[in-house]
Parts: sequence; structure tokens; C-alpha cells
Amino acid sequence: MLDISHSFDRLPTQPGVGYKAQHFADIMADAGPVGWLEIHAENYMGDGGRPIAQLKHLAQRFPISVHGVGLSIGGETPLDQDHLARLKHLIDWLNPASFSEHLAWSTHDTHFLNDLLPVPYNDATLNRVVDHINQVQDALGRRMLLENPSTYLAFEETTMSEVDYLAQIVQRTGCGLLLDVNNVFVSATNQQTDPISYINDFPVEYVGEIHLGGHDEDHDDHGAPLLIDSHGREVVDPVWALYDHTLTRTGPVPTLIEWDTDVPDWQPLASEAARAERALSKVLA
Amino acid sequence: MGQSDFTHALLDPAAAIPNGVIDPQGLPTPKRFAVYRNNVAVSLTDALEAAFPVIVKLVGPEFFRAMVGVYLRQYPPTSPLMMFYGDQMPDFLKTFEPAQKIPYLPDIARLEQAMRQSYHAADAQPIQPSVLQDMPPDQLMGSYLHLAPAVRVISSPWPIYAIWQFNMAADAPKPEMRAEDVLITRPEYDPYLTLLPPGATLFLEASKDMSFGEAYEQATKIVPDFDLTSTLGALIAGGAITAISEIPK
Repeated sequence: MLDISHSFDRLPTQPGVGYKAQHFADIMADAGPVGWLEIHAENYMGDGGRPIAQLKHLAQRFPISVHGVGLSIGGETPLDQDHLARLKHLIDWLNPASFSEHLAWSTHDTHFLNDLLPVPYNDATLNRVVDHINQVQDALGRRMLLENPSTYLAFEETTMSEVDYLAQIVQRTGCGLLLDVNNVFVSATNQQTDPISYINDFPVEYVGEIHLGGHDEDHDDHGAPLLIDSHGREVVDPVWALYDHTLTRTGPVPTLIEWDTDVPDWQPLASEAARAERALSKVLA
Repeated sequence: MGQSDFTHALLDPAAAIPNGVIDPQGLPTPKRFAVYRNNVAVSLTDALEAAFPVIVKLVGPEFFRAMVGVYLRQYPPTSPLMMFYGDQMPDFLKTFEPAQKIPYLPDIARLEQAMRQSYHAADAQPIQPSVLQDMPPDQLMGSYLHLAPAVRVISSPWPIYAIWQFNMAADAPKPEMRAEDVLITRPEYDPYLTLLPPGATLFLEASKDMSFGEAYEQATKIVPDFDLTSTLGALIAGGAITAISEIPK
């Protein structure tokens, strides 16, 4: 039996990567600049087998961030209590350094749609999101981080900015924030707003983790740029620049490279992590 | 905009874009909504493609992707655990008209889904082979077989073991028409398939609530030359026996 009782209680101020099973041997041999790993909670909700065995090995060596993609915190329907119980089971035995989820919905009634769907920002949806986050934090017995989404459309029903919305959630739930800088860039482009202002207005004192990832470029019906948050390639230079700017406000923060589709070999991923390490070292100095 | 309307429009490509969904200028925006529609369809299609590699080979990737476009709208996931999405695939393949030319598809889908369940099943410590060998025959016949959570048995009137091997293993012979029963074990982390001899499925089914001796009798009643030795050999090699106990499971 592996001993993971010495669990890491926080993510280090280093780069991390989204863990993919094909990188297991490389990571165990030499993780390079990577100081922690993030897993998608739902992939580790089986009863046993290789995924759980690998996770137990990794958790001995690395702080683990559990990142949920299926709670549907922005959903109109009540939280799926079975799913929350599965999540609690994982958090209880793994005792990860961090748990985070999304400002989005993915389940309606009994349908799970396997995508992070957008929420209109107004008082009614805010109350619902706050209620759901309180339920999650109560069930898990820990503070969670909430991630800003990448969005492709707007809602007539929206009455407040995303930053105001997130700030109110933090005030009312005590949760922290996961600032996805690529999502800021994608959403600002798609919503035709200024990403620098978004970062400048963001309640940075609550940021416990940063995400960086790659996106694809397209255009909408009227020829306006439409960026797609694909996590399928390198982080682009303008997002690295926005990250540098973000770090001047947040100070050094554990930073994750996400690469979930067309997953490369270990080296290209480690190179992205090394680039994040250089940016972090500038603000650590 | 309610999430009911949004969900309906996501799953039905012919449905209108939900009210109140706009671009930053306040204009209607079909292409922006289509990003979500595409994400849902592609992510579910990819999940099913990874889940049923033999079905993909049997019908071809293009046919498969078109077919699961129908499946995912008929049976959207009901749980965030994508590792198990596809439970209704065998039933769907029984009735999906364009797939009727290949009558063994539903049974191959059952086999593939069972392999996924086996992959994620709870770990269990198998007994040492010597436990079985050293047990006096009388004691063995009165004992109960306890199998690991990762064990599955799939019976079919089609040669599902041979079809699976032919599509997934190098140099496997061309399948010949016959009924085949397959045992799935998980010796370590990867599910392993063994072709079961006639009667083994009867024996294993009976073993769930009968003693070893009673189950053997059940099997030999219908298959007089039931090969117990090779059946036990497959179970032991696959680490499938967790206990031989005087107590039923």
C-alpha cells in the first residue's frame, strides 16, 4: 500500500501541467521544471485500476490539484448529489493540495453535455452559483477555487461584468479564484473587451492558481474574430504577455499549462512549463 | 434564456438558437452558438470513438462518426463519468437500421463496454494458485468461488472472441462462424480476453450462488464434457479468483 499520508497542503509557486497518462514514465523519470500536477476529477472516479494506481504514485511525489469538470456549478437544476459524493470520496482519500471547478454549467436535468456552458451574469444566477459553491465547500470541508470561463457569446439577460460577478461570489462564499489567463484573452477577444482592463479590475488577492493554454482562431457570422479555447497547442505570445502583466499584479502564483487535445510528447509540454518558470522567476526575484 | 432551451438547441442541430443569445453588438449569432453545439457533439463523438475501437474498425471511422451523431442525440450522457458513456450502444446497434448488415455489432459493443468496466473496476488480491491445488477435493466441492470485481463474462451466438482478436491483435486468424463466450479478467491493469470452453458460462453463472460442486453439476448436466481444468486455468492466470470460501459471496 502506498503512503500518501504526507500530502502536500498547497501548490508550490512553480509551473504545473495537466496530467496525461502517456506522460507517466517521463514525469516519474524527470519532471524538469514541473513541480505539481493537475488531474480532472472525473477521470479518477472509477473504483480502481490503472488510473487510481498511477494517481497514488504521483501523489507521493507531487502536490496534486484536483480540477472538476462535471459539477455544473452554474446549472439551473440542483447539484447532482451522487456526483458530489463521488467527488468527496476522491478528495477525502487523496487529500489534494487544491480543488477547483468552473463558472459554467454542463448538466441539465439528467443530461450531461460534456462542455463548459456559459451563464448569464445577473442577480438570479449569482444567487444560484453562490448557493452551489456553498454546498460544495460544505460537502468537501474545504475552500475551492472557481475558474473564469472562456465564452463565445453574450446574453441579453446579463446585467453585470464577469469580474464584478466573480468578486461578489468570492465575497459571499469565501472561495478563491483560478485565473485562466488564456480564457481572459479568448473571452475578451470574443466579447470585444480589453483583457488588460479585465486583469487590472480582477480581485487578484484571491487568486490561488493560474491557467495557461492554447486556443484556435476563427471568425463569427459578421467577420469578427472568434477564438476557441481548444487546449490543443502552445500558448500564444499575446497570452504570455498578458500572463507577464498578470504576474505584476498577482505576484508569483502556481501556474498550470493545459494541453488536453492533440497531446504532445513530454518535451514540448515541459518546454511550455519552462517558459512559465522563467516568467515566475522574474516576479520571484 | 433557460437552460432547457439551451440544452435542446445544443442537441438538435435543426433547432432555433435560444432567445437572448447574442454577440457583443446585440446581434443574433448562430455561428457563436454553433461553437458550443460543435464542442458537445465532437467531445461525445470522440469519447465514443475511444470507447468502441472494434466497432470503429468494423463499420469504418466515417460511418461510426455519423452513426454516433444519431446515438448521442438519442442517448445523451446521464452522468459526468465519460469513461462509462455508451451503455446503450448495444441496444442502439440492434435497432439502428443502417447497421443491420453486421448482426454481431451489438455483442461486440457489449464486449467493449464490459472491458471498460473491467478496466475501472476495484482492485482485488487474487489467491495463490496453490490454494486451489492444495485443497482436498471434498472441501473444494463444498466451497464457493469469489471472483474479482474486474471479471466479466460475455456470451454470444457470434464468434466475438475471434472478431475482437482479428481486429485488435496482429496475425490473428480470420473468424469462423460459431458461438463464443469470452472471459474478461484483469491480471494487472489491462483487461485480458480468454475464449471460454462450452459450459464455462453455465458454471460461472451458477457459481454466483452455488457451491463449486453444485455449479459443476449444473454445467455438466447441459455440457457433459465441460472442461473445468481449462476454465479454472483461465481464471487463475487472470488473477480472477479472490477467495475459495465456505461462505457464499
